[in-house]
Amino acid sequence: MSERLNIVDHNQLFRQEKYVRQREGKRAFEAPCSPEEVTSTLEYTKTTEYKDKNFARTAVVVNPAKACQPLGAVMAALGFEKTLPFIHGSQGCTAYFRSHLARHFKEPVPAVSTSMTEDAAVFGGMRNLIDGIENCIALYQPQMIAVCTTCMAEVIGDDLSAFLANARQEGALPEDMPVPFANTPSFSGSHITGYDAMLRSVLETLYNKSGRTPQPGHELKLNVLLGFEGYTGNFAEMRRILELFGVPYTILGDHSSNFDSGATGEYSYYYGGTPLEDVPKAADAAGTLAIQQHSLRKTLGYIKRTWGQQLSSISTPLGIRATDRLLEEISRLSGIEIPEALKQERARILDAMMDSHTYLHGKRVAMAGDPDMLIGLIGFCLELGMEPVHIVCSNGDRKFEKEAELLLKSSPYGTEATVHCGQDLWHMRSLLFEDPVDLAIGSSHLKFAAKEANIPLLRVGFPIFDRHHLHRYPIIGYQGALNLLTQFVNTILDVMEEQAPDHSFDLVR
Amino acid sequence: MSSIVDKGKQVVEEILEVYPQKLKNDRTEHFEIADEELVNCGTCSIKSNMKSRPGVMTARGCAYAGSKGVVWGPIKDMVHISHGPIGCGQYSWGTRRNYANGTLGINNFTAMQITSNFQEKDIVFGGDKKLEVICREIKEMFPLAKGISVQSECPVGLIGDDIGAVAKKMTGELGIPVIPVRCEGFRGVSQSLGHHIANDAIRDFLMGRRELEECGPYDVSIIGDYNIGGDAWASRILLEEMGLRVIAQWSGDGTINELGIAHKSKLNLIHCHRSMNYMCATMEQEYGIPWMEYNFFGPTKTVESLRAIAARFDETIQEKCEQVIAQYMPQMEAVIRKYRPRLEGKKVMLLIGGLRARHTIGAYEDLGMEIVATGYEFAHKDDYEKTFPDVKEGTILYDDPTAYELEELAQRLNIDLMGAGVKEKYVYHKMGIPFRQMHSWDYSGPYHGFDGFKIFARDMDMTINSPVWSLLPSRQTVEVSV
Repeated sequence: MSERLNIVDHNQLFRQEKYVRQREGKRAFEAPCSPEEVTSTLEYTKTTEYKDKNFARTAVVVNPAKACQPLGAVMAALGFEKTLPFIHGSQGCTAYFRSHLARHFKEPVPAVSTSMTEDAAVFGGMRNLIDGIENCIALYQPQMIAVCTTCMAEVIGDDLSAFLANARQEGALPEDMPVPFANTPSFSGSHITGYDAMLRSVLETLYNKSGRTPQPGHELKLNVLLGFEGYTGNFAEMRRILELFGVPYTILGDHSSNFDSGATGEYSYYYGGTPLEDVPKAADAAGTLAIQQHSLRKTLGYIKRTWGQQLSSISTPLGIRATDRLLEEISRLSGIEIPEALKQERARILDAMMDSHTYLHGKRVAMAGDPDMLIGLIGFCLELGMEPVHIVCSNGDRKFEKEAELLLKSSPYGTEATVHCGQDLWHMRSLLFEDPVDLAIGSSHLKFAAKEANIPLLRVGFPIFDRHHLHRYPIIGYQGALNLLTQFVNTILDVMEEQAPDHSFDLVR
Repeated sequence: MSSIVDKGKQVVEEILEVYPQKLKNDRTEHFEIADEELVNCGTCSIKSNMKSRPGVMTARGCAYAGSKGVVWGPIKDMVHISHGPIGCGQYSWGTRRNYANGTLGINNFTAMQITSNFQEKDIVFGGDKKLEVICREIKEMFPLAKGISVQSECPVGLIGDDIGAVAKKMTGELGIPVIPVRCEGFRGVSQSLGHHIANDAIRDFLMGRRELEECGPYDVSIIGDYNIGGDAWASRILLEEMGLRVIAQWSGDGTINELGIAHKSKLNLIHCHRSMNYMCATMEQEYGIPWMEYNFFGPTKTVESLRAIAARFDETIQEKCEQVIAQYMPQMEAVIRKYRPRLEGKKVMLLIGGLRARHTIGAYEDLGMEIVATGYEFAHKDDYEKTFPDVKEGTILYDDPTAYELEELAQRLNIDLMGAGVKEKYVYHKMGIPFRQMHSWDYSGPYHGFDGFKIFARDMDMTINSPVWSLLPSRQTVEVSV
């Protein structure tokens, strides 16, 4: 390398004396609170009195761990081959969905908008929808367009069904182009509800279009649904497991290749996804297995009602027992015994857990995230002898809460836990101060509370903006359990070593 | 007309060929190729500030993004309510990297998401009552907050809530300013209107409302710097080193008091002209404060700007200004000495928001790089007029380009670097084209000022000259020898 320059960026630069002086000088114009006031208020916010106020609030929401419906609908749309997510409403939302997903997956996110403005608010967005369909077909040549709505379209009451019929009549939308659509207002549910609504619509639309009648069990095949899945690695792991079983399968909504494509020198809008023709055929499968039951309620209801298949739905299979359950369900639905290779794998992961458990045992944990993932995490923590203490689920409901409580009751390690549904990460902050724990598990959004509580954050879930590649590694199945275990135990060892006095800075752990 | 201009026109025509007629007609008007005449006279006929066409991938956001995301969000000692459903606040939470000093959640609320989380019942019955409760709860939860802004999301405007009345009532009740900002996302054609709406609210509720105890002859304000990665700090340091007193930062690391005292400046210095020119114009009109645009990207423009700023003051400042320049120039020369050979002749394409599409050109040129195409997400006519003098003949200019247009252009122009936003970033990675996020500096920065240029140069070098690009089978890159 040529001339060595000492270039410091934001992380170091502003520690330089000149910037410290600048910071202090600027206070003269800020009319700031006094340092004493800041310190005393900070301390006050850590008290029980503050916590009680925090939990008494009824209207304001601070740092929630949930996003809105159309984000999930976009993800669901990208689970299908050559499908263009099309968002009907004002255009800023689309920019947000694209950037939010791009920041998590570090991948491009194709999606278009009808770009509705004031005039559409008055006259409705039909013209925008029809023109938009014509434009996007010319430009992106999709096989399917998956339309969802933003708040704006929902509030003014745009009728997607009628608009799409008009688009066909006008010839902007070819007769044979499937256009599933879902109403996805941000003012109800969350990203998982939107995922569910769009997936259901895709299945229904493609199935109805085929004109078939269901013949459940006609094929020895499983339908597999992963739901609002932030881990592309989980798709690979699910496929590997099913292939070890030797059971033919169709993943309904496989967005993994669209969110994990290679750099080849060329960009394509579409990298993969479930082939459209596989959807009607899926109605003939022996059964359907869903690994996010809370995120897939409408979809599962549709499959049950219309396709009449055997259904099995579990929460994200994290850890050993949940994976056992997953394998048992695959075995039950397919009639194939659990393969020896997976049994051996289980034994190896158990061995790893035995090796590591001492560092994790008794560690008190706070966690936040989506309902299915939380059920999985609770289960895995209990298996490791870790103690879930604070569980915050901003988008959970009574059904989730009951399930979580039942699971916690099943283990002596779960007795201290409290489940907080509909609460946010500012509630979590109070919980962490009032009843401290050793570790936090959740998305990047939890990093602020974790930092204040001075505990490490194990990044699991969605979104993970501030670490690279975690989503490429599976967290489901035995292999996923090993990945999580590795992340958990080594984080704890890192913390131990940071805190270790010289005499305990051990070579062997 | 030169052949390079013809060639550019032909490239654009070819690209637009795939569009349906109506879209093609529209998009054609949003392109221009700089020829000598245009470059010299600074006039242009490019259409801007028009609606994006439906069904295409535009890089644009919305008025809410402009108001809450850009202008209000960085004001650190206020709580900004994302008023409406959950999504908007969630997606704009901490993603713009507008740094602020203070204790998060205590006297600094920038990296937080505070929302009214509208539910169906709020849509049906209206959210005004809830907003009152929210304001009271904010006062309880965040006792040191110096004010509250209410950033309206789409449904709030559509259902006809009167947030103005609520804000007025709560201002009286709580004793801190509660400011309604009607920045619903459906308003206008881009985030640009959001800036305007945000500034109007600053004008109506805060501007000129506070006193500065002692005014001085060298008091200036930094207008339109959002402190991305610490930009405003790296700018402020130079102004202070040359003897000026910066009394307000609008709005990066800003405070409600600074918004209230800026009218006491002797000169307003505006960096992002697109987002805050209204404020400078208003302060000029109401308080007679002159203002000027400056550009702190790259040493050439920074030096030019510093001297132009100094020229507005007396010899003391001018002398100090020269000292500051003299002090930093050896560092700048060392940076250029190191990086220019590695970047010389590299072709750059840009798509950025409102000012950087032209402001950064000088910084690239300081490193020997060439801008072959540039344009804005949400510029207005004056932005393009200001851009022309800074580009060379043959440069392709585009307004609100679609993702498709940029992708095609990037390939046909065989560029070495693309600078745009996170939505674009990974597309170019697939194509094997080095990319920098030029909205949030790709999590780096600052890029402003002399300290910022060092980082800018380092980042461009690491991006373009990473060995990783040469591993792609289908893309040829020339290794730079060092």
